[in-house]
Amino acid sequence: MPEREQLNVRKRRPVWSGTLAFGLVTLPVELYPTVRPGRGSLRMIGPTGQPLARRYYSESGKELLQQDDIVRGFEVGDGEFVLIEDEELEALDPDHSRVISLDSFVPLSDIDPVLVENTYVLVPGKDAAPAYRLLVAAMAEAERAGIARFVLRDKAHLVAIVSREGSLRTMTLRYHDEVRTPEQIGLPEPEPADVELIGKIEKAAGKLTGDVLDENLLRDEASGRLEQLVKRKLSRHEDVHEMPAEDPDDEDDFEPTDVMELLRRSLESEGKRPG
Amino acid sequence: MWKGVLKFGGVEVGVKLYSALENKSVSFRLLSREHREPVRQVLLDQESGDFIQYGAAGRGFVQGDAIVALSGDELASLEPEPSRVIEVRSFVAPELLDARWFERPYWLGPDSGEEGWHALAAALERTQKVGLARWVMRKKEYVGGLRSYRGYPMLVTMRNREEVLLLDATDLRDDTGVKERELAMAAQLIAMMEGRFEPGSYADEYRERVLDLVERKKRGKTVKLPEPEEVAPVTDLAAALERSLAQEEARA
Repeated sequence: MPEREQLNVRKRRPVWSGTLAFGLVTLPVELYPTVRPGRGSLRMIGPTGQPLARRYYSESGKELLQQDDIVRGFEVGDGEFVLIEDEELEALDPDHSRVISLDSFVPLSDIDPVLVENTYVLVPGKDAAPAYRLLVAAMAEAERAGIARFVLRDKAHLVAIVSREGSLRTMTLRYHDEVRTPEQIGLPEPEPADVELIGKIEKAAGKLTGDVLDENLLRDEASGRLEQLVKRKLSRHEDVHEMPAEDPDDEDDFEPTDVMELLRRSLESEGKRPG
Repeated sequence: MWKGVLKFGGVEVGVKLYSALENKSVSFRLLSREHREPVRQVLLDQESGDFIQYGAAGRGFVQGDAIVALSGDELASLEPEPSRVIEVRSFVAPELLDARWFERPYWLGPDSGEEGWHALAAALERTQKVGLARWVMRKKEYVGGLRSYRGYPMLVTMRNREEVLLLDATDLRDDTGVKERELAMAAQLIAMMEGRFEPGSYADEYRERVLDLVERKKRGKTVKLPEPEEVAPVTDLAAALERSLAQEEARA
């Protein structure tokens, strides 16, 4: 089925592609997400059970719009907009729009999870596997995160790049002023508390402390209940419809496994050099 | 702001949740290029070509090649029981939790009496462990991490297991193709670029540039676009590393 083939290619479109620079070592890379957007696979469906397509519509033109018919606008007055083109945004910081340049290496513990917004994985482009492998090895040994800045769509991101299990993970970081301080919220300043009460809390926490992470504690129980219900209905062939060959909203259907497979292949095809 | 009661092993502390995030990105509207007016999002039934109102759309669960329709009653039956309890079931060392799990941080403030809250803040700061908590907020079930951040109690919602797990099973480490000499030079270059991460020293200048661009265009100024420079990928790793080291040395 050629349609399916095409669909898979589209699904693997990176969120960004450009150059990773480490000193004067430059390599082409692509950036892919590592988490599925949204929760579960609940979709909006029409009267006959088929998934609905999300589309953009123009009231004045009375027509559906394609990507090229849509442009970003910034409201400067009542209903008055300044149009901003992609190329103009890119031109605001051309270096960082195309290059992720590692400009310092910091201890991993300096990157607090509170600052981490999203995690992506870097995949080496053509002929870039040897340089990629070298960076993976050197950064793992140094136990440091590389800090860089780059522009993704309409936002300049601060990122921390870490070497993990043979891949370079890229975490977009929140700017310091995007995390509100306790003072801004108006929380009272911590004061010395009742020692007995602190002891009681520490003891209760201590009893619940384990050496391993029980991942079942992280399981979303609502998704579990949903899956049970779906399984039951599937076995009874109740309200089951066929999914169209081409998903009208394929962006919702992203599989992280595809990305890791892609990374594995791009590393294996040219990862080893003679000599 | 949402009020709840934190509970574990006989401990109960009333808390208020405040979002710790403030979005500073410049927000744009999507416009129709031709009509310069905001676009409307519609749901299109591709079989009939009809638009479906958001309220009238059904819900379906995709499983492979099938989609299972779920009624409003069935979905309502899946909703969690409303509750104010934030139950902490276990505490673990922070190293056990990958940053990828975490989603949105909330500061915890005191509710009905500060004594318990001060004790909680002190205990979390002393133990430096993360409590795995579960609660229902606005009809949605959450899993989160309870921790101390800057001396204050914080609760960070976590992505569910199905959203992130798949990556961890894949170990792609393979150093066989990496040359010793290149690795040594790369390590040296990293060492020359060592520093500490100070979030306060990075400002989002791009944000200002975007607003400035808007201002210039508003005044009718045309914006000249520079030609993008192409960066050629390096083929001789050792030579590039050598030049990088020389460059860093000159800078120091």
